[in-house]
Amino acid sequence: MANPASLCAAVTGASAIADEFSGPHGPRPRRTLSRRNVFLYGTLILVAVYYLLPLYVMVVTSLKGMPEIRLGNIFSPPVEITFEPWVKAWAQACTGLNCDGLSRGFWNSVQITVPSVIASIAIASVNGYALANWRFKSAEVFFTILIVGAFIPYQVMIYPIVIILREIGLYGSLWGLVIVHSIFGMPILTLLFRNYFASVPEELFKAARVDGAGFWAIYFKIMLPMALPIFVVAIILQVTGIWNDFLFGVVYTRPDTYPMTVQLNNIVNSVQGVKEYNVNMAATILTGLVPLIVYFVSGKLFVRGIAAGAVKG
Amino acid sequence: MTSVLVKNLSLNFGAVEVLKNLGLEVAEGEFIVLLGPSGCGKSTLLNCIAGLLDVSAGQIFINGKNVTWEEPKDRGIGMVFQSYALYPQMSVEGNLSFGLKNAGLPKDEIAKRIARAASILQIEPLLKRRPSALSGGQRQRVAIGRALVRDVDVFLFDEPLSNLDAKLRSELRVEIKRLHQKLGNTMIYVTHDQIEAMTLADRIAVMKGGLIQQLDQPQAIYSRPVNLFVAGFIGSPGMNFLNGRLESRNGLPAFVAEGIEIPLSTYAFDGKAFAPKEAVFGMRPEHVGLNMGSDWPFSTQAVVEVVEPMGSDTLIWTRLGGQNFTVRVGSERAPTVGDRVTLGFDPLRASIFDGSSGERL
Repeated sequence: MANPASLCAAVTGASAIADEFSGPHGPRPRRTLSRRNVFLYGTLILVAVYYLLPLYVMVVTSLKGMPEIRLGNIFSPPVEITFEPWVKAWAQACTGLNCDGLSRGFWNSVQITVPSVIASIAIASVNGYALANWRFKSAEVFFTILIVGAFIPYQVMIYPIVIILREIGLYGSLWGLVIVHSIFGMPILTLLFRNYFASVPEELFKAARVDGAGFWAIYFKIMLPMALPIFVVAIILQVTGIWNDFLFGVVYTRPDTYPMTVQLNNIVNSVQGVKEYNVNMAATILTGLVPLIVYFVSGKLFVRGIAAGAVKG
Repeated sequence: MTSVLVKNLSLNFGAVEVLKNLGLEVAEGEFIVLLGPSGCGKSTLLNCIAGLLDVSAGQIFINGKNVTWEEPKDRGIGMVFQSYALYPQMSVEGNLSFGLKNAGLPKDEIAKRIARAASILQIEPLLKRRPSALSGGQRQRVAIGRALVRDVDVFLFDEPLSNLDAKLRSELRVEIKRLHQKLGNTMIYVTHDQIEAMTLADRIAVMKGGLIQQLDQPQAIYSRPVNLFVAGFIGSPGMNFLNGRLESRNGLPAFVAEGIEIPLSTYAFDGKAFAPKEAVFGMRPEHVGLNMGSDWPFSTQAVVEVVEPMGSDTLIWTRLGGQNFTVRVGSERAPTVGDRVTLGFDPLRASIFDGSSGERL
């Protein structure tokens, strides 16, 4: 008789299936509070607190009045919140003879940063594009010189540049500093753009040439629209770099054209009278606000652009 | 009429000679395929014709005009690239019109040409899309369209199908052939794929080491390769090569290798007088009969060593004259490993090469 045998086979088959589903199946369960997670997130939180603490102290102190600061509890939140230190830092703090606060330095810095960023990026992107795509004679030599330029310490060039600026009549003016910043941004930015454009497929460039596009048409219509991430990277690098610059600012400008960083230093380091910690803190935060905002707004694009350049650079 | 003429063309990258005094004449409406292994200079030659590389010496004429120093746009060429090279930030329409806008054509003319190219290539529904929203085959069609709208006499293809999968490749291959029959333009097509070369070309130029080894119709290249390189490069599975000597047997030429003697009285020697020397005997696997009687000019016994089924055909590996020898047979007649079989062929279909120079004898 075949029946019992086939029945038996069916039964064992069913039990095999049941076994299959009683064992581990589907996604592996994960415990939220495993030792690994506690350790990992514990460390991360600890480090984050460590780095955020100074910022916290600055913000808290800047919102206190001087009597409260003299109590000495730097970590305690303000009992009475006051914005007066901020107003004073922005509009009234004295540096030397001027008593119009950081606002003067802020506008100076804006007038320095905006043209420097635009000029350096405009020139460097064209440089990078030419070096990557239009292999002209001795392009390699030119590129090497540019890269070597990136390794020369700034201090060596300070005095020669003072003389050059004096000779062309721009010493002490904002435009002199703009020129200096534009030139010093050139090596690293050119490298950045060259590597980015070198990662663009060469056939695209060839296709555009067959289509009759010239040097500028290819740059503006083909390359530029593809290079937005690297432009964002360059803008971030330049804005933060030029805004935070102190050395060139203090050397190449006069007191009434000092950038914000130099003025901040002069406010914080002034020796007469009482040390107004709250004003100093507010002034420092104000000065750092621009790079901070730039980072927060474009952080994602920044990472993407750096990665795009890095993979194929 | 001559459409493209390349005269004594040389190109050096530093000390490396990529093209060596190369000449090529392409007739109007002809489909020429440049075929060769990678690094043979075929793409370089195409780039020189397109004007994307400056030549070191020599001249290039297109439609009788010396274009050696002309910009690519002024040469009357359209080019299709392996990686499609579509402008990613423009729509399909933008890609097609880019070159025409650069040339300063009026708007209605541009629209007319795009409409024509789109209908020929059947890409009308795609015109508003970005290249990133297209499949590989569609992208390559757009790339061909970009050459098409330029309304040029000469089309240059740089391995246009290499990035596509096998099925799509054979489809687009037929489409390119149709396009050529329809337009009648001169086309120069670079590939390393011999199937593409054989199926598309009016004439094939087999290249190696910056030189054209043989320029002839596909059938001639297949049946009468001029040297060992061409013989080995064309044909899949590859030609059998037996090393041995040419000898005189009773006043008639014969090929002698270990244990075999192949009479060559039917073989047409290439003009030159026959002389005993080292030689290579070439025979295509598909020209060998297996167990097909004994009325062949030459037949012998062999043992099957390996059997490779390939679907329609089966490749049989045996030994002849102490050397590997393959035979291609229909799968239904395939023997099994260890069988004793009779091989037979006609030396008329052989190719015999000089043992030292590799030239056809």
